Amino acid sequence: MKLSSGRTPVVGRRVQLMATCLCDAFHDDVAAATVEVLEHLGCEVLFPEGQTCCGQPAFNGGDWSASRRVVRHAVRTFAGEYPIVVPSGSCAAMLFHGAALEFEREPDLAEIESLGRRTWELGDFIVNGLGVTSWPGRFNSAVALHRSCHTRGTASSEAVARLLSSIAGVRLVEFGEAEQCCGFGGTFSVAFPHISAAMGDLKLDHVRAAKPDVLVSGDMSCLMHLSGLAAREGILVMTMHFAQVLRDALARRA
Amino acid sequence: MRTQPIDDAAASLRPETKAAVYEGSKIGHEKRTKILLGDYAIPDRLRSLAGEIKQHVVENLDTYLPALEARLAANGAQVHWAATADAACEAVHAILKARGAKRLVKAKTMVSEEIGLGDYLEKHGIEALETDLGEFIVQLDHDRPSHIIKPIIHKNRRQIAELFERCGLGPYDEDPGMITQRARQFMRHKYLEADAGLTGANFVVAESGRVVVVTNEGNARFCLAATRCHIVLVGIEKILPRDRDLALFLNLIARSGTAQQISVYNEFVSGPRAPGQPDGPDEMHVVFVDNGRTGVLASECRDILRCIRCGACLNVCPVYRQAGGHAYRSVYPGPVGAVLSPLLLGERFPELADLPKASSLCGACNEVCPVNIPIPDLLLRLRDRAHGEGVPSPGTPPMGAWALMATQPAAWKAALAGGHVLNHLPTRLIPVPALRAWEAKRELPPWRGGEFRKWLKLRRKGQGRGQIRPQ
Repeated sequence: MKLSSGRTPVVGRRVQLMATCLCDAFHDDVAAATVEVLEHLGCEVLFPEGQTCCGQPAFNGGDWSASRRVVRHAVRTFAGEYPIVVPSGSCAAMLFHGAALEFEREPDLAEIESLGRRTWELGDFIVNGLGVTSWPGRFNSAVALHRSCHTRGTASSEAVARLLSSIAGVRLVEFGEAEQCCGFGGTFSVAFPHISAAMGDLKLDHVRAAKPDVLVSGDMSCLMHLSGLAAREGILVMTMHFAQVLRDALARRA
Repeated sequence: MRTQPIDDAAASLRPETKAAVYEGSKIGHEKRTKILLGDYAIPDRLRSLAGEIKQHVVENLDTYLPALEARLAANGAQVHWAATADAACEAVHAILKARGAKRLVKAKTMVSEEIGLGDYLEKHGIEALETDLGEFIVQLDHDRPSHIIKPIIHKNRRQIAELFERCGLGPYDEDPGMITQRARQFMRHKYLEADAGLTGANFVVAESGRVVVVTNEGNARFCLAATRCHIVLVGIEKILPRDRDLALFLNLIARSGTAQQISVYNEFVSGPRAPGQPDGPDEMHVVFVDNGRTGVLASECRDILRCIRCGACLNVCPVYRQAGGHAYRSVYPGPVGAVLSPLLLGERFPELADLPKASSLCGACNEVCPVNIPIPDLLLRLRDRAHGEGVPSPGTPPMGAWALMATQPAAWKAALAGGHVLNHLPTRLIPVPALRAWEAKRELPPWRGGEFRKWLKLRRKGQGRGQIRPQ
């Protein structure tokens, strides 16, 4: 997925956090780490209380009219000119690509596109929005970075890899068939459970063969699927969002 | 919870078949990546240029088709238009009947599969022999192709050796060289006896009327060499504007499909044998097949008509690798098929409306497509269309209640608080099918609804530091 047209430049350090529904419901520590990382960078983090979801479940599920209702809610919730920072490549892509697709024939397309131009995936925001390319502190781990599919064609994966590899003690390890999907796919994971799980098992096999200490991604949906599969199969796989790695590294500043 | 037909097909696929499909497609993808990145610094530029050229053709078919018809006629070829599959079969049959032809040799063409030409001709007493090795094996085994360019990707060499033995082509021998040699021996005299040769066309050039057919076995050339009548069966979208566009497209089709710099045999046929030419068919017929394509052109998914049938999207697709081509219940499998097959059905779209669901929307197909088709976007459009037409979609949770909560912050917060019940109830007692489907394969992490919001409030008061909970 690609950004449709030029993004609104970042002015100042006031940002709006879109925590994502998954972090709101399951992965609170990832949202908290995102806040700490952004504040470390001198950002003032606004959290619009009325926020819910980016609209992607219904968009992918085929119910575009339901999805548009939720996207319109997001437009109202994240009004104003401040950038919207999302600790998920997938939710960010929903707002800057998917929403534009489902609003193609809608009268409020311009508002949707304006929301999209202000929306940043966290890693992309840090590196390309703020221009920060190295990270202080220490994190002693071999890290396997899963490049989530909805960051294809965006600057996110490269940004995250750059940040991680700049941290003292981090060693990025490559693994096989890295371009292959983990098998989550939103509603796909429950409508196609066999294929979804088979794809996840392949991913886990490749990752484990590289013997990382931790599997890191910028999307909790992929990690929730992979760690859920691993747990069911009795395999221990440590997973972290890269925001948690950045936050933990900060705690070990010299 | 009910699952989707393609998921069921994947679950019941024989391990032997799954392994053959998985390995065959994985190797195809790896070789493609290697040759493209080895030969070009930025292959994506080629893909986007080729995409623009084909999109231009698709959007200007109304001018290209008449121009091409005139060019072909000037070259001495006869042009036929077939609106439907039946009309296309009848057109081919009429050409053969007029010549009293009883034996046809066929090169590989997906359009002939699409219109069911083989069965049609057999019913009308005409022997139509497939000469592409893979298609020949499919024909011999009364099977169906499961990949656009590797029709027998689902078979291994042992199965083929057994088939040849069963069909009297020789005692069991699974050496690929021997398999090829036996097929060749069988075919050689068939070429000589044939009354007509039929090929598809990878490209037809509007400015010159040049019909271009690529193969790696040379069988299309044989189909033309020994027969007096050449029939070309081609979809109306296979046009390129200029001869020089072939430099780009022959380059991309070979690298994307078979990881070659150029296909082994490239036929450029501009018309029937001209006076003074020593050889070649005296008659050339070009049958242009619509069969639903103008309907696709009128839809919001017309970009799919750029497709040059290279098969790269099948090779990279994780769903295709798990399910195999037959799971798609249509001639075109994989990501391209998931878009094209339901669209070609026209009003019968609901019959294959589940195909666009068979994707995690990972976007790998778009990344490898030589004409840069935004396949995930098209899959999504078709999902919306299926929902709009009320086609049931097994396993897809209904979104109405979710949308209601996600537009009412108070209801959303209540749900975040209420979700904690998940931490205390066994899943079997929770009447949410999607949750059960999730838990059939995976653990669900503990519900932490609203915890981040609480933490943030404390932090705003200067109290929330560090991790919420230890990892």
